Amino acid sequence: MESVRFVLLRLLQSFFALLCIITLTFFLARLAPGGPFLDEKAVPEHLLEQMNKKYGFDKPLVVQYGLYLGQLIQGDLGPSLGNKGFTVNEVISEGLPVSFILGFVGLLIALVIGVPIGVFAAANRNTPVDYGLMTVAMIGICLPTFVIAPILGEIFALKLGWFDVAGWEGSTAWFLGAVTLGLYYSAYIARLTRGSMLDVLSQDFVRTARAKGLTPSKILFKHAFRGGITPVVAYLGPALAGLIGGSFVVETVFGIPGLGQHFIKAASNRDYTLINGTVTVFAILILIMNFLVDVLQAWLDPRTKTGN
Amino acid sequence: MIRQRKDRTPQGYLQHLTRLGPILGFALLVIASGCSRESKVEIATREKILIMGNGAEPKALDPHIVSSVGDSNILRALFEGLVAYHPTNDMLHEPGVAERWEANEDFSEWTFYLRKNAKWSNGDPVTAHDFIYSYNRILHPEMAAPYSSMLYFLKNAEEFNKGEIKDFSKVGVKAEGDFTLICKLKGPTPYFPDVVKHTTWLPVHGPTIEKFGNITDPYTEWQKPGNHVSNGAFILTAWRINAYVKVRRNPNYWDGANVKPNGIDFKPIDNVFTEEKAFRNGLLHYTYVLPENLIAKYKEASDPRLRTETYAGSYFYRCNVDQAPTDNVSFRRALAYAIDQETIVEFVTRGGQQPAYGFTPPSKAGYDPPKIIAFDPEKARLHLKEAGYESGSDVPEFTVIINTSEAHKSIAVAIQDMWKKHLGIEKVKIENQEWKVFQQTVHDTNYEVSRAGWIGDYVDPNTFLSMWVSGDSNNNTGWSNAEFDRLMEESGLISDPAQRYATLKEAERILLNDLPILPIYWYTRTYLIHPDVKNWHPLLLDNHPYKYIDLVSEEDKEEVRP
Repeated sequence: MESVRFVLLRLLQSFFALLCIITLTFFLARLAPGGPFLDEKAVPEHLLEQMNKKYGFDKPLVVQYGLYLGQLIQGDLGPSLGNKGFTVNEVISEGLPVSFILGFVGLLIALVIGVPIGVFAAANRNTPVDYGLMTVAMIGICLPTFVIAPILGEIFALKLGWFDVAGWEGSTAWFLGAVTLGLYYSAYIARLTRGSMLDVLSQDFVRTARAKGLTPSKILFKHAFRGGITPVVAYLGPALAGLIGGSFVVETVFGIPGLGQHFIKAASNRDYTLINGTVTVFAILILIMNFLVDVLQAWLDPRTKTGN
Repeated sequence: MIRQRKDRTPQGYLQHLTRLGPILGFALLVIASGCSRESKVEIATREKILIMGNGAEPKALDPHIVSSVGDSNILRALFEGLVAYHPTNDMLHEPGVAERWEANEDFSEWTFYLRKNAKWSNGDPVTAHDFIYSYNRILHPEMAAPYSSMLYFLKNAEEFNKGEIKDFSKVGVKAEGDFTLICKLKGPTPYFPDVVKHTTWLPVHGPTIEKFGNITDPYTEWQKPGNHVSNGAFILTAWRINAYVKVRRNPNYWDGANVKPNGIDFKPIDNVFTEEKAFRNGLLHYTYVLPENLIAKYKEASDPRLRTETYAGSYFYRCNVDQAPTDNVSFRRALAYAIDQETIVEFVTRGGQQPAYGFTPPSKAGYDPPKIIAFDPEKARLHLKEAGYESGSDVPEFTVIINTSEAHKSIAVAIQDMWKKHLGIEKVKIENQEWKVFQQTVHDTNYEVSRAGWIGDYVDPNTFLSMWVSGDSNNNTGWSNAEFDRLMEESGLISDPAQRYATLKEAERILLNDLPILPIYWYTRTYLIHPDVKNWHPLLLDNHPYKYIDLVSEEDKEEVRP
């Protein structure tokens, strides 16, 4: 019963947050100077008026907002103003799977690299191994993706010829993109894992286990790991959402047609409908991820549910 | 129970992870070995598919909606106008849908004789009515086509476009039978065949447009592969946003036997560094651009793939003539003469650009702008005095706005430095604005000095000078000169080309003396092209007719040689 209430409450909160995001985005996008139809070659005034009329931009903003919400409920995000001939639904349904694959593989790589390093560093706490690994992780965090991505491209695509340097269909460049994202997030995950493992390792039950004469590896993996990994699990949700939404740089460098590019370009094109569409999709994604993580965490550690 | 849970213990997870290691390694190997030794470009050359970098993602594939350089590159493959671009010389015309054309004595009425074998990709014949339908569509007020003003050459076109005339039959275009098209113009236009080459004059297929919506619905499904009907050498076969636009041979094209490539893949890569890498990686035959800081590298290596060509474009600064200090003509002159254009093209832009002594780039057609602007610090200081400033430090603070870009910034910084060095002006600010904000600022003439560039739509000085007429939507400087307006109007009535050029030159002289603009340089285009691409000749407008472009592998040729 309590679980059901917990889930319902979280759902309600998510829904309210979503509504706020949608509303804010709608009005903020319109506040920015410039408009979707402005270009280097000027469009005559009478045509601008016609275009605004065509898209209903001549109506009061509140009316437009109402119309937009009405369409949104029906799942219609409207026509894209920057990619004429495509609806926002089409743009998103083309781009989202690409970003999802990129983000998912990136996260997998981050976990495969990050968790073992974190555990290993924790097990060898305050030794040169620990310092060495954490220094590498720190460097990883400090190196932004726009530095790592071109370096990977230069080495693995242009020097060694193992991958393509750009492209999507029939191209292997996306894997370099996933590695770039993975490396970046693995550094965070390594530090996170180390920290929480250290926390757990200093607790009484570990001391008891040690006193019982269990081998260090058994203590590490059988007793400490489950508790140590919980914060990492909590981090996975937002990380995946961030990976999918934040892959703009990687997508640009490797020419990958994901949603991240649209997310940024929509804003610079003042493509109002696409701005609203992408923000809504990312917001839903992040809210779902956070919701799942909360539920998962409650399952892993029942204390979170009641907040004790 | 306990056994079942064993898999879920952390140890179990870890074992899974360690087992995953080799699998991932194997996957890596598979991916890596997946790339064949033959590069994508080599395969494409063999299949006669040209792969072109094409800048930004196309906004649309409807000639009545778009007109950017990248978009028209694709439209030129899909559609054919009355007159087609010549493969080696912008001054010459190739017959397109029209076999031949003629003008009346004063070039104000043009008759195009259409070929009878021109077909749409669905097999329908291309007739004069298709062109009339298209002109009606682009000019229709409800269509709100952004570049409809390109058709204002036609009599009453402007009035119809503004809704002042409701009846399209009053617009100066009519058909005589199915294959003769007569265009009645506002005034003498000896260069009219150049004008009709522009994408805005391309025909669209009426039945297809109306199958998916109203004639004035701009964004219907008709632009999608499978629906798209066109009359050019190629048809649209695939389009994926931010990935590619693919066109392939049009089986119904009248001159199909002479179309050399089997298709073109347009790749929208708007990151210039990614594009250059894709070229090096054998993914592209041609790059849309080459960033300035990479030009030197290719130049030093005397790489034969590097091309630098003159391009009909002008890079300049606009001055707001209604606001101090740029409202003073002597002050604007001082600014103009203190810009060391040579230094800018040699050390900042480094792409072989030409210092601009006028606004309109000189053309092979015989127009040469008056030589008025040249770097002359002495003269500049004189003009500064004339403007009422004893020294540069008396000049009030003003701002140069640029749209955010490293290239524009370097130029602005260089100019800021020149004004300081030669005029002693200390208080020049450079402000960069994001693209759309910048457009709004310029559009509202809410600046003192702003960066600008202009690429010609056709080969005639008119495309550069007409924007400076009072109140033109591209003027944006507040500048208005009755004599200039009069000369421009007069030039529209002169049918003799030499006399017309003389009048335009007179007008440009006024522009350059009044200086609502500070000319900086004339564009060049710098790009990389694969040696397999044949018959790609330098063109002033860079509008290449693709049907002549051949793809021959250089390696094959070497093998043939003894």
